[in-house]
Amino acid sequence: MTIQEAVGPAVDTLRGSAGTYQLFAAGSNAGLAEHEQAFGPLSLAAIDAGFMSVLGESGLTGRGGAAFSSWRKVAATAQGRGAALLPAKPVVIANGAEGEPLSFKDKTLLAHAPHLVIDGLLIAGRAVSASLLYIYTTPAAMPVVEAAVAERRDARKIKVVQAPETFISGEASAVVNSIATGVALPLDNRRRLSAAGLKGRPTLVLNVETLAHVALIARHGSGWFRAAGSERDPGTRLVSISGQGAGQVLEVEGDARLCDVLSSAGVDLSTVGAVLVGGYHGRWVRDLECRLSPSGPGENVINPGAGVLHILPARDCGLEATARILDYLARASAKQCGPCMFGLPAMARVLSAIAYGDRNPRLVLELERLTKLVGGRGACHHPDGTARLVSSALEMFAEDMKAHLLGTCTRETRSAI
Amino acid sequence: MDNALWAFGRMSGVVSLVLFSVAVILGILNRSGRPLFAIPRFSMTLLHRNVSLLATVFLVFHIVALMLDSYAKLNVIDVFVPFLGGFKPFWQGLGTVAFDLVLAVVATGLLRHRLGQRSFRAIHWLSYAMWPIALGHAIGNGTDGTSKWFVVLAAGSLAAVGAAVAWRLSANFLETAKARQGGLS
Amino acid sequence: MTEILHIDWTRCDGRGLCTELLPTVLVRDDWGYPLALQATNGNRSNPAISPGNIEAAREAVHLCPKLALSLVPEQAKPRQ
Repeated sequence: MTIQEAVGPAVDTLRGSAGTYQLFAAGSNAGLAEHEQAFGPLSLAAIDAGFMSVLGESGLTGRGGAAFSSWRKVAATAQGRGAALLPAKPVVIANGAEGEPLSFKDKTLLAHAPHLVIDGLLIAGRAVSASLLYIYTTPAAMPVVEAAVAERRDARKIKVVQAPETFISGEASAVVNSIATGVALPLDNRRRLSAAGLKGRPTLVLNVETLAHVALIARHGSGWFRAAGSERDPGTRLVSISGQGAGQVLEVEGDARLCDVLSSAGVDLSTVGAVLVGGYHGRWVRDLECRLSPSGPGENVINPGAGVLHILPARDCGLEATARILDYLARASAKQCGPCMFGLPAMARVLSAIAYGDRNPRLVLELERLTKLVGGRGACHHPDGTARLVSSALEMFAEDMKAHLLGTCTRETRSAI
Repeated sequence: MDNALWAFGRMSGVVSLVLFSVAVILGILNRSGRPLFAIPRFSMTLLHRNVSLLATVFLVFHIVALMLDSYAKLNVIDVFVPFLGGFKPFWQGLGTVAFDLVLAVVATGLLRHRLGQRSFRAIHWLSYAMWPIALGHAIGNGTDGTSKWFVVLAAGSLAAVGAAVAWRLSANFLETAKARQGGLS
Repeated sequence: MTEILHIDWTRCDGRGLCTELLPTVLVRDDWGYPLALQATNGNRSNPAISPGNIEAAREAVHLCPKLALSLVPEQAKPRQ
């Protein structure tokens, strides 16, 4: 994905003008004037302790992948100051790092609607009485973000920090580490960031899209937000669609059916073999009827993670695509934690062996064993996400696996992933 | 009394040197992560610590005996500040340097949990400098330094510690080295 | 009060002392790193320590060559 493609989609391809679908309502490359015309000016003074309950009622969840309840995160940071005599003032960081190669919705959002993100950051900062505000952004969006911050008087205390373009740079503790020391590697998780993060202060790290939703909820209220989506997954989310045609960013309703989302992106469903939902840490899905929701009971629900939908054409081999991704993930390890540093390359070697012609049936058992071995062990969730991807591949491509072990896989491989 | 002090001072120095050799070898064994025979790793760690502390105790005996001895008449300044002594100042100074290093290594070892891993490790590495300096002091300064039995003892220690260091630098030193070099298991 | 043994994976080098001291809690994986025998909610970085194992766990915290272990009260469980 080149930068041009990433920030390229013009706003007419972004479904963002009707009803509550309005993250991009201010149009392409919106400046402050267009932003205020579309959304009205921000009245920060109206944000008080009551906003926390509005945020709670909205049911907004994080759009960076973990889908944790946003108000809980905000509330934990507000309380993270503890009972010290001179409590440290919290820090809020807008996380725009987008190391996931298949994701470009955050870059697109920052390019076209930076002021909505800035509004959200100012609101969150006020809600927790923060004294330090940061926007941590991918290099592609850096100039736009800096220009947007410079354009506003109320954004003077926001510092813009560039994120390195590594897979792991957006992990919350890596964000804090990067801003504090310039090293974008995850930290040990014994202490929560909401209690002691940047400079030992309570630290709130929210994805930029999450903050854009916060800005809209502050303007229109929780009822407005909940008008889209469903009870268990209210509001809208941005998705990055890739794998067929040019990359597209769409704003879709919560709990949407996968096939509806793909259809509205103009994808010919008959050519779809599988969809990688949630990116490199996500899952392969074949049932296009399933719904995209981070929570909720029942079958046929898939967590959209950070909103990545990558299409694997029916003619392509899913095992080989997964092997290539796994190889990337193994190399993307921060190499700090043993199980990840040694386990992921071991998994990658086994899956590559299977994908590229080794027909030893014991390899499958070995891959399953290694996948179990790395899960839940490490300072961040890189091993967990990798294990999730591999497990879903073993489940979804079981037929292909048989074909590989028999030496009869006839699918093509592609280098575009 | 003086003869006894003199003899005790010399012998405690030799005992201390031998114990430090064992301590260094145990430290290297520990680092490899391998249990020795049936001794578990945590016991090896404790053994390394206790032998080191014992060696330090004998080193203190060595120094105190020679301070009290009317012939050696080691003074407090010479114990801590190297190369100022009246008799063979260079060789005695090596002993003082080794003692200072031992103090630093032992103190940081005991305070490891407070200092943090990084400072502890940096200072602990000085052990590799301490040991040959102490050996040099023993050979150059010791009354028995060039007598046959001591030369044999020193050569044996040097061979043992040298072999341990060579092993330490080899590719398969770590217990887990093979597994961590990769390859399908 | 139940305590959990927190493994700081960024420090751990898999030297194996903790697995010897706590054989009912930890075993070693392919590369020598501690592997919790029982996961708590899928988390295998913070095994719970039963009262019978507390002394051995303290010893493990004390002796860990990389200072990678700490005992923390159940309530202050690290983020997952």
